[in-house]
Amino acid sequence: MGFCSMKRIHLPLTKEVRSGFRAGEELLLCGRFYTARDMAHKRLYQAIRLKKFLPIDLTDNILYYCGPTPAPPGTVIGACGPTTSKRMDQFTPFLLKAGLAASIGKGQRSEVVIQAIRRYGCVYLTAVGGAGAYLSERVKKAERIAYKDLGPEAIYELYVEDFPVTVAIDACGHSLFKGCK
Amino acid sequence: MRKINSIRVTELVRRLAIEANLCLRKDVLKSIERAARTETAPSARRILRMLIQNARIARAKSIPICQDTGFAEVFCRIGQGVVVKGGLTAAINKGIMLGYRDGFLRKSVVSDPLLRKNTKTNTPCVIDYDVVKGDKIRITVVPKGFGSENASAIIMLKPTDTEESIIDFVLDVVRRAGRDACPPLVIGIGIGGTMDKAALLATKAITLPIGKRQAKEHLARIGGMIMERLNKTGIGPAGLGGKTTCLGVNILSFPTHIAGLPLCVKISCHATRSANGVL
Repeated sequence: MGFCSMKRIHLPLTKEVRSGFRAGEELLLCGRFYTARDMAHKRLYQAIRLKKFLPIDLTDNILYYCGPTPAPPGTVIGACGPTTSKRMDQFTPFLLKAGLAASIGKGQRSEVVIQAIRRYGCVYLTAVGGAGAYLSERVKKAERIAYKDLGPEAIYELYVEDFPVTVAIDACGHSLFKGCK
Repeated sequence: MRKINSIRVTELVRRLAIEANLCLRKDVLKSIERAARTETAPSARRILRMLIQNARIARAKSIPICQDTGFAEVFCRIGQGVVVKGGLTAAINKGIMLGYRDGFLRKSVVSDPLLRKNTKTNTPCVIDYDVVKGDKIRITVVPKGFGSENASAIIMLKPTDTEESIIDFVLDVVRRAGRDACPPLVIGIGIGGTMDKAALLATKAITLPIGKRQAKEHLARIGGMIMERLNKTGIGPAGLGGKTTCLGVNILSFPTHIAGLPLCVKISCHATRSANGVL
């Protein structure tokens, strides 16, 4: 694979680092982020609203919309591609306000999310949907750390190396998804 | 009467569930390889090559192609001359349960659409039975991912509507939600029957090999036009631009009522999966 054009980024994604990204740029992420999908989002949102304990620190962190398959013995994780982002749209602005730096998913975001991304100087990244086996090789460590009762929808802490993503919406609100014939 | 023990049905379904999720269909892989050769946008080519590599890794390392190993739909064509010893529906569900357990596939089924408690077995599955001539049982397992299922749509068109109305609706569906459904897409279309029959036809259409010419002339023409126009939308692989938005369009039709023209568009992703076997 020709990754020479891709920029390697060491996490966390501080405001200084992410504000330099431009929509369309391809990145290789190295470091730690968390998975969270539908039900985990609902719980995080409720915890923020009711000022309850948050099981993870959102500040400068990334949420990856992913529910992996179980890891076969001797492996770190199963297939672990992104799920559709728009289902998280209703919760994302609250999480960005609470300090979240970015999300990784697939597909388009709502106008409200784009505005929130611009307001809080965040970014939206996409990974290639359906490339679950390919992406599993970039995950070096995975641990289920919260909402374990949700099974595949629990929050996992992932350590990744050269995890390929594309900047789909940058901190200025420029989106790769605008315009379609 | 030919007799088959239901254990054999369970074993077959178990194997098909794992095979479908680990081995990308040959026709689908071929269409991605073809697209990777003809695609001109560099990022689109890179994504298509990543998908080919993804299929290779999945097969070699026994990891699912995609983490959404789907809601299992099972098509069972059962010959009138065969008797299954033991419960057939229970045997099929057990096969799905064992396949999802032993294949390390994700359990994505919740017991109630509102209460949403995971059944932890990926069952129940949706089964469609068809009674046919002969003494064989043909089973097709279709693990349907919901990223693309959520992009699917149904409409009851008017009997006076035209081929153009059908094409327009399909294009609208893909323009609206195609980018979220893991393009390049495989499109299954069901036309006619009742609302539920159209949906069933659309799902069956997805299980047919892509790239084959439709038997019915007018359906072949509609399919060709949809494919051509979709590949001009610029949606491209992963929705990030390019000329490969659609890998194939399969259409099935059925007689319908004088007052209606049901149309179902089933969207499936580049990891369109199905596997079949015969007992």
